[in-house]
Amino acid sequence: MEDLVLTPGQYAQLWNGALATVRILAGAFALGLFLSLVVGVGRLSERKWVRGISFGFVEFARGISSIILLTIMVIAIPILLGDVFPWLRGRSVAVLGAIALGLNMGGYGAEIIRGSILAIPKGQGEACIALNLSPTQRLRFVVLPQALRIILPPMGNLTIEILKGTALVSVVAGFDLMRATQNLIAGMLAQGALGVTVLFINVLFIYFILAQGVNGLFRLAERVLDRRFEQRTGRSAVPINVAATAGS
Amino acid sequence: MADDNHRPEAPPTASDDARPAGTFEFEIEQSHKWYRRPEVLVPVILVVLGLSLLAVVEAPSGRFRSQFTPGRDVSFGWDYFFHLVPQMLRGLYTTARATVLGFLIAASLGLVMALLRRSERPYVSLPAAFVIEFIRSTPILVQMFFAQVLVRATPWLTLNPIVILFIVVGIHYATYASEAYRAGINSVPKGQWEASIALNLDPATKWTRIIIPQAVPNVLPTLGNYLVAAFKDVPIGDAVLSTAGVLFFANTIRADDFRPVEPYLLIGVGFLLVSLPAAWLVRRLEESIEYERD
Repeated sequence: MEDLVLTPGQYAQLWNGALATVRILAGAFALGLFLSLVVGVGRLSERKWVRGISFGFVEFARGISSIILLTIMVIAIPILLGDVFPWLRGRSVAVLGAIALGLNMGGYGAEIIRGSILAIPKGQGEACIALNLSPTQRLRFVVLPQALRIILPPMGNLTIEILKGTALVSVVAGFDLMRATQNLIAGMLAQGALGVTVLFINVLFIYFILAQGVNGLFRLAERVLDRRFEQRTGRSAVPINVAATAGS
Repeated sequence: MADDNHRPEAPPTASDDARPAGTFEFEIEQSHKWYRRPEVLVPVILVVLGLSLLAVVEAPSGRFRSQFTPGRDVSFGWDYFFHLVPQMLRGLYTTARATVLGFLIAASLGLVMALLRRSERPYVSLPAAFVIEFIRSTPILVQMFFAQVLVRATPWLTLNPIVILFIVVGIHYATYASEAYRAGINSVPKGQWEASIALNLDPATKWTRIIIPQAVPNVLPTLGNYLVAAFKDVPIGDAVLSTAGVLFFANTIRADDFRPVEPYLLIGVGFLLVSLPAAWLVRRLEESIEYERD
């Protein structure tokens, strides 16, 4: 069993790599969540062109391989669009990689959000019309809070998929857990292939622990949400005057 | 169409009267079973035949090389872009072939994993559950590196990079496939299990005639989705194991010509041209295979 443990110095390097991986994941998650909300709602829009663009984006983001999207984003796009968007030049691989992974996540997330909005009973939307809520209010206060319970579990799985995707950043020379591992290998040549195998077993376990962490966070969010649903402490679109209702 | 199965006798129409006496028209009733309906069966057989052809025929080998390069001031050379297409297709073929062979392993190993996971003995099902969860939640890139050094560290074992790729993709997607099988088997209504006990069917009959035919319609589209997902993960093998797929093609051209834009955009387009129709086919299959359970 002791053969499977690395030295503290090696763990310190892997810890730095893991932090970088989590940072890339956070960036990709923020962009991915934003895109999935916008595109997922956009796919149900009444306007045909909004639906068309959203559909095109979803098909593109889900159809392309994440590693190919990543290499295009990191290598080809800064050269091709660098003159038009100077911002893209000199961006670190971590930022561009997070953008690529966020685009990828947006495509899958949009389908999750679209599906769960469609799963909300039709009467809810009709009730909103009867209550004269605006479409934005309907989405913000009625549909999305209910859809959130359906969204969370698949979104957790998707986030783990993106966590696995962050390892690809090392292929395009970005720094993350996988790159930290490869840096370690360079200094381990004396220990031979067996030592490297042990290193990879450790790295696999770190990824496993990270994934379980993401899983746990989503479970926690689900539990908090369920409790709030039972206590009915959500915010309401119109201020409800309890005293006035009770008095009448 | 689902509605056609339960359609009662067609109501008489005007054309019935116009027909000369003595001729009959048979309306062929669509089979209730999904695997007897031609519109499901024919595409499935065609796809399977095509995929097995892909598995047997190897791509022509040879180095990826461009014929010419555009000038330095050209930001995107269309001639250059199009003259790379045949080589890209060769890389894409290798990628597709690796996907199919890897998925053959995944589909069969996945069933074994699903059955182990379903086992009633906890000392079988718990380790199986852990292994499935572990492989599912670690990146396939790291698994490929791991497999590579593991093969290197084992003196008696020498494997081609492409064989390592099949095996890693196969094992990785077997865990996904096992979840699909498990969901499919669990989706068979409880009454069906109870009925097969009540009818005293032996296990073989129960599984082959009752459970599996009802589970497959739920499993097949999910497996199709995972096949497309595996296709998207196979290019990672080009970066790790240097198999001659699309990404390897683009990397080679980039290293030779110092022109990264065209080859990378080309493989992006080529990839979409394969994966979008494939995803569309899976969706069609999903719609047409719906099984009536009333």
